[in-house]
Amino acid sequence: MGAGGIRIANLSKRFGEGDTAVLALKEVNMEVAPGEVVGLIGPSGSGKSTLLKCLGAVIDPTAGRMILNDTVIYDDGWKVRDLRALRRDQIGFVFQAPYLIPFLDATDNVALLPMLAGVANGEARRRARELLAALDVQHRAEAMPTRLSGGEQQRVAIARGLINRPPVILADEPTAPLDSQRAMVVIRILNDMAKRFETAVIVVTHDQKIIPTFKRIYHIRDGVTHEEAGAGLGFD
Amino acid sequence: MISLAGRDILHAWGKFIFTGVGLGLLIGVTLIMAGVYRGMIDDGKVLLDSSGADLWVVQKDTLGPYAESSSLPDDLWRSIRAVPGVAQAANATFLTMQVRKGDRDVRAMVVGIAAGDPGTPGWPPHLVAGRQITRGHYEAVADLATGFGLGDVLKIRRNHYTVVGLARRMVSSNGDPIVFIPLKDAQEAQFLKDNDAILMQRRRTEANPAFNRPGVPGLLDAVTASQTTNNSVNAVLVRIRPGFTPEEVAEPIRRWKRLTVYDRAQMEDILIGKLIRTSSQQIGMFLAILAIVSAAIVAFIIYTLTMDKIREIAVLKLIGTRNRTIAAMIVQQALVLGVIGFVVGKITATFAAPLFPKHVLLMPSDSIAGFFAVLAICMLASVVSIRMALQVDPAEAIG
Repeated sequence: MGAGGIRIANLSKRFGEGDTAVLALKEVNMEVAPGEVVGLIGPSGSGKSTLLKCLGAVIDPTAGRMILNDTVIYDDGWKVRDLRALRRDQIGFVFQAPYLIPFLDATDNVALLPMLAGVANGEARRRARELLAALDVQHRAEAMPTRLSGGEQQRVAIARGLINRPPVILADEPTAPLDSQRAMVVIRILNDMAKRFETAVIVVTHDQKIIPTFKRIYHIRDGVTHEEAGAGLGFD
Repeated sequence: MISLAGRDILHAWGKFIFTGVGLGLLIGVTLIMAGVYRGMIDDGKVLLDSSGADLWVVQKDTLGPYAESSSLPDDLWRSIRAVPGVAQAANATFLTMQVRKGDRDVRAMVVGIAAGDPGTPGWPPHLVAGRQITRGHYEAVADLATGFGLGDVLKIRRNHYTVVGLARRMVSSNGDPIVFIPLKDAQEAQFLKDNDAILMQRRRTEANPAFNRPGVPGLLDAVTASQTTNNSVNAVLVRIRPGFTPEEVAEPIRRWKRLTVYDRAQMEDILIGKLIRTSSQQIGMFLAILAIVSAAIVAFIIYTLTMDKIREIAVLKLIGTRNRTIAAMIVQQALVLGVIGFVVGKITATFAAPLFPKHVLLMPSDSIAGFFAVLAICMLASVVSIRMALQVDPAEAIG
């Protein structure tokens, strides 16, 4: 595997102590290269959300190692100090629902991240508009989230996830609220953006219609992952 | 960095304005309560100012003439006039009663003023219409707040008085407007019995052999006359000569006349510290309760607004927003709410104050203090919401 992307090795997460302890992740290993889109599939309670939260630096693993863009961010109890800045600069999030900030228009929803990182408002908005154009929603740049369709909202959310050019994007059921056609459009966008920005994309999904689009799939069950090749249909 | 609070307010401006107006009405009531308190103090001071006196000589060991009844012989003023340092001394009576005009009556303080020239202690210092009282009987000068006009005929007890002059802001410490009448009429009004009572008293006196002795002609007439006349006043108002201090003049009156003498500061203390103390404590309690209620309402509103944004706050935290940015957003919204509320409250109080029956004095200093108090309350009220927002787990955005 080349440099960059995300790698986790022997990652475990335990909730609780003693007799009530629950091992949600058991020595999980995963590698996603820059520009690659992989699927993470598993039934409810299998540990998908826990893994996503660990990858997103929202909760701390109990053991193991995480390397993000060739930088160790967690290693058996040690972690980088400023997780907030790490999330802001290194990780893009795309949720099941877009969760756009309702009082900011599409441009500012996207521009907010670079603004939080200290980029001047004008420059942040310019970059946001550029990205919205790349995602084909530039005509809705001034619209408030409530005025956007579901597909448009999801594109704006993807733009927000990409705006700081993070090495990894975590997408949690990004196609769940969409019909087949729009779901495929979102997956196509994620693939395009992954290639264009050299971003590693992990898509958590139950959506049977998009599973054949992944070239690699991680199945997770009872906190244990195993990798298999996907069909990789339609995005070569 | 864009203002998240500003954008949220602009986005939901209707909610903010509506909430601010509600809060403003509460703040308006608070400002008016403070105005009522200030008005009471001002009324007390106006009463003292309008009397034109430097010293109030009253019955020994009483807090007269405003806070307690006080009775002095009406010829006492002559000897007080002779005390070194006294420039002017004049009798005065004070009686709060219903003054009738036609078929309506007005609660007023009837002040009996001694004969003299304008500027005599007890006289109204300024008139806005008409003239001062020039006759010894049956003329009156009334405060505008009574609603009487020049030429109106008032009825005080059994006698009728023609209004010859009108004054402004002549009120008692209770805020009742003052009606000035000649001293002799006021003395009569204060102690006048009804006709039946007088007749019965005359009969009892006639039947009393001690007062109706065959060998003492004129005794019965003298006793009867003394029973229907009043030679008492409530206070002697003293103006002192330049170069004398109030204490220099008051001390010999206390010592040699065995009377109680109050200077301006002492009288102010009686009026404000004692007479309206209970009322002011009552108002103070109301102000405290209103402040607590306002704080609780602001806290609840901000808490509700924050609760509505829990998901957005989780997303903001997940994407790397600093805690202080989120806290600033909540504080700024609370402050904006407070500013809207204060502006609405101030406008409400300003327009509502003249509609109150008693004097409501809205002091700029109270408004400034109120403004900062509102901001402080809003900041305090946002603490709970900030605490809650900072405890939001960014993981909630993921699910």
